[in-house]
Amino acid sequence: MADVIVLANADERDLRQLAEYRAVGGYTQLERVRGLEPAAIIDELNTANLRGRGGAFFPSGRKMQFIPPKEQIPKPHYVCVNADESEPGTFKDREIMNRVPHRLIEGSLIAAHAIDSQHVFIYIRGEYLDAFETLRTALDDARGAGLFNGVTVVLHRGAGAYICGEESGLLESLEGKRGQARSRPPFPAASGLYASPTLINNVETIATIPKILELGGAEYAKIGAPPDSTGTRLFCLSGNVVKGGNYELPMGITIREVIYDLGGGIPDGRALKAVIPGGSSMPILTADQIDVPLEHDALRALDTFLGAAAVIVVDDRACMVQLGLRVAQFYMHESCGKCTPCREGTRWMVQLLEAIEAGDATHSQLDLLLDVCDRILGKCLCPLGDAAAMPVASYVVKFRDEFRAHVDQGGCPFGGESSLEDLFAPVDQHTHHPVAEVPA
Amino acid sequence: MARPLADEVRAIAEQYPESTSAVLPALRIAQERHGGWLPPEALEEVGEALDLTPAYCKGVASFYDMFHLAPVGRRLVEVCTNICCGLRGAQDVLQAFERELGVQPGETTPDGAFTLRAVECIGGCGWPTVVAIDDRHRLNVSAGDVPGIVQELRGG
Repeated sequence: MADVIVLANADERDLRQLAEYRAVGGYTQLERVRGLEPAAIIDELNTANLRGRGGAFFPSGRKMQFIPPKEQIPKPHYVCVNADESEPGTFKDREIMNRVPHRLIEGSLIAAHAIDSQHVFIYIRGEYLDAFETLRTALDDARGAGLFNGVTVVLHRGAGAYICGEESGLLESLEGKRGQARSRPPFPAASGLYASPTLINNVETIATIPKILELGGAEYAKIGAPPDSTGTRLFCLSGNVVKGGNYELPMGITIREVIYDLGGGIPDGRALKAVIPGGSSMPILTADQIDVPLEHDALRALDTFLGAAAVIVVDDRACMVQLGLRVAQFYMHESCGKCTPCREGTRWMVQLLEAIEAGDATHSQLDLLLDVCDRILGKCLCPLGDAAAMPVASYVVKFRDEFRAHVDQGGCPFGGESSLEDLFAPVDQHTHHPVAEVPA
Repeated sequence: MARPLADEVRAIAEQYPESTSAVLPALRIAQERHGGWLPPEALEEVGEALDLTPAYCKGVASFYDMFHLAPVGRRLVEVCTNICCGLRGAQDVLQAFERELGVQPGETTPDGAFTLRAVECIGGCGWPTVVAIDDRHRLNVSAGDVPGIVQELRGG
């Protein structure tokens, strides 16, 4: 029972309906905590050891404590809910907004109370039209029921840019600009939206808050893999697996259990080759590493991360050079262009991977590729460049023989039979129709 | 008679502490009113409503994939070709649309009915291949489904 937190009761009832959500205790925590000091809420989240579900795993209570009191910075305080879920492999926030929108709204209003804010912005990715409409209806219902208590909640649609899921890109975009990363410091807690103190949290993080307050932080902290990886995650299972989808489970379940017990294994009688544990930006694991529990510390020990808990399964038909190329093309396309190592480095990565795949590369260029990755890592204003460099470097290191075979054979050893053969990247599409070509 | 764009945009802008925040919603409305893309006059209208230059509006619009600065077809067919869909045959789905519509990704059919695009991950990775038609997602699309989808979109 306690194993389902964020999606609790969503299988039995239509929790998009306000009355249904209230029937399972919805909004009672909001009403209760409005009578409490904000510090009491934050203490409970710290006891629960809630960590950011967007990928960074930062302690959520501590993030709230970074917001200075209004006496110190006499400006409005803002809550920004990051619903710009765009990392390839992740589709959990979509499920939360589609199925338990009121839990997200309740969590947002509790977060607003916790930082003494009257203003909530929910930045939802533009591609999520259905979730946008569901959330808009839920917001209208909650507002109509008088639950906002003077707080304004603005639902803001993005327009297609991965970088706007990065907190500073999100703030720029919400201010009506190109979504380019900001230099930090100042950090959003002191100077975020409209240069005011701003709390930014992922949808899943916010949607977990009401249940933590209902259970109590200490009870919540027993779920999952304490002390660091407490609670549940919505694991997004995709790739070469029979039953892809979202599975809410306590942290600490192994990758093997997720793939074989829940996901029904690998289809078409194929063999498992690799698993990406947290979304496309995360270093890859090989088939012999899947007994690792999906929790922070165990994955760190294998030099990867839980990220946004997106488990991407790769079977033996996939060429790892092609996988690396497609990942690099994505981040090249999504680089905002502000920092040179990311803007130029991702292009260079793509060129090297194209040469390797075509059989035109030398062995030394495999090391050059790793060197380019190294010269991006940690050298930019935001982690987008890292998101390209980390996974691709891991493919080269872990599947070095396959990369070498491309060089030795003068082409792809899969001979056109890879599952990712000729996968189209929209960067090519842009060269057909450059956006600058506006008819007079 | 539709409400004037400037009125609608200014009403949206009132939700925000600073009116520039309304650029994205304003561009979206302008795009809807101009047949799915943003011709120069659309950028001028948005600029006028929010006291911004058309160049600023174009600078913002060009950053985001969902704004189109060249004409598009009446229906937008977008196929995800990122890795999760790719591992499960997205290229076959894309090629099926190419065959059925007779255009390459990024192109519009000569009758102006369809623009076909390949797009980066649109967040339905567990249900490949994901195809967005005018922003409505169809999940678990296979190449074999494509002729039927195109026939349905053509009203047949």
